Amino acid sequence: MSRRDPQLAIYDQVIAAGQPWSRVAKCGQVLRIVDSEGQQAVDALFYCADDVAERYSAQDTLRQQRNAYIGLGTRLMSSEGRAMLTVIGDSCGRHDTSAGCCSCESNAVRFGEPTKYQHACRENFLLELAKHGMGKRDIVANVNFFMNVPIDPVGHFTVVDGISQPGGYVELRAEMDVLCVLSNCPQINNPCNGFNPTPIRVLIWGS
Amino acid sequence: MAIATPANAAAEANRRRYEALRAAGQGATLAALPPKTAPGSAPIPPQCVIAEDEVPGGWYQTMRLGRGEVLRLIDVTGTATPALIAWREDDPSERMNLADTVKVQWTAALQRGHVVLSDMGRVMLSVVEDTCGAHDALVGGSVAFGEPPLPRNTRANFIAAVGKLGLDRRDIPAALSLFAPINVGADGHFTWRDGAKAKGDFVDLRAEMTLLLAISNCPHPFQPVAPDAARPLKFVRYRAQDYGGDDPCRRTGAEIGRAFAFTNRLFA
Repeated sequence: MSRRDPQLAIYDQVIAAGQPWSRVAKCGQVLRIVDSEGQQAVDALFYCADDVAERYSAQDTLRQQRNAYIGLGTRLMSSEGRAMLTVIGDSCGRHDTSAGCCSCESNAVRFGEPTKYQHACRENFLLELAKHGMGKRDIVANVNFFMNVPIDPVGHFTVVDGISQPGGYVELRAEMDVLCVLSNCPQINNPCNGFNPTPIRVLIWGS
Repeated sequence: MAIATPANAAAEANRRRYEALRAAGQGATLAALPPKTAPGSAPIPPQCVIAEDEVPGGWYQTMRLGRGEVLRLIDVTGTATPALIAWREDDPSERMNLADTVKVQWTAALQRGHVVLSDMGRVMLSVVEDTCGAHDALVGGSVAFGEPPLPRNTRANFIAAVGKLGLDRRDIPAALSLFAPINVGADGHFTWRDGAKAKGDFVDLRAEMTLLLAISNCPHPFQPVAPDAARPLKFVRYRAQDYGGDDPCRRTGAEIGRAFAFTNRLFA
């Protein structure tokens, strides 16, 4: 269990089910994301606060660690090959960065046209990024914290039931000033949220 | 014991639909995929050829590929691992989305019969021929950190390429690496699968909308022995043949049927 005391956090916020959030984590600060009720995917994008054209790169992250999953010790890399954040605490053990975020359009392809008019992570990202002068072209392949997407040796790629428990968390230390943009995933058509989206909590501690 | 409520019933119905799609996607759909293209087969009729070209090792090329045109990429030496990005010409904010591509098709092992999807739920490219069957939709091309194996690398190439297309580095999504056989172990470790590449391997990508492409011809970062910089990658751009009622990319499940239908609405 993490030693960090919520009473000492400089920021502590509940994000309701299905909602977006963003904030800058300064270099050295620690961001904790809590899966309050368990089995809740949290889609995350990260941008260098000084130059948002430098942003999280899933492919650089996988290449640098030569492993398909994010876990304790993973350095989340930028498009320019620099470490943005390091995973310094993790009660879950495995997070995804290859399955992307849900969108109205991909839902329509996967689950049929009626699902096009359901709320989705890309809607959250568009609304939240607009606050920072960004748009759809800035939505790159994201991290999916607490989302369980095993890739088997023949390549089968499947979102399966989450393994994160109620109160599970991940802690990220910012290695630069990072604009963190989250979508508390509203997906109800696959197991990433146990078919029932729930609230999460975000805390930040000073360096 | 769970109490039966309308919300629970809806969740259970969604779970059943998901499991049915998964069973089809990793069962009947995979079984229906066409076989790999045999080496030396699938000749391009000379009257269909639009252009031929090659890119030296370490370099890149940008091109426009019209709807209904096919790009054949040929790994002449059996060592090339080109990385590719596609944008829709009419609106380049619509671009290749590998996450949706692998999620919707239930596999990261793209091969003949699969498609590459855009972020807008439409088909950009169809893999109509493929002698190799081992491509990397997860890791991508070489980058600017570490020991560069060449004076150029894929990150730098893509930055230059998007400049020539009137785009910038905010427009560079995750890239697809062709002829790059990577495996994912149970612990997530990536390994390079030896023996999965051969001289003369080719893959034919048919444009389902008019595209802008950037292709970087650099070594894959997990390639055990980086080839020297002099290995060219050959291209042939040609007018697609009509597969009639047996299109190799129209045999897969309900999801891809919808993606083609949504694509065709652009041209209705």
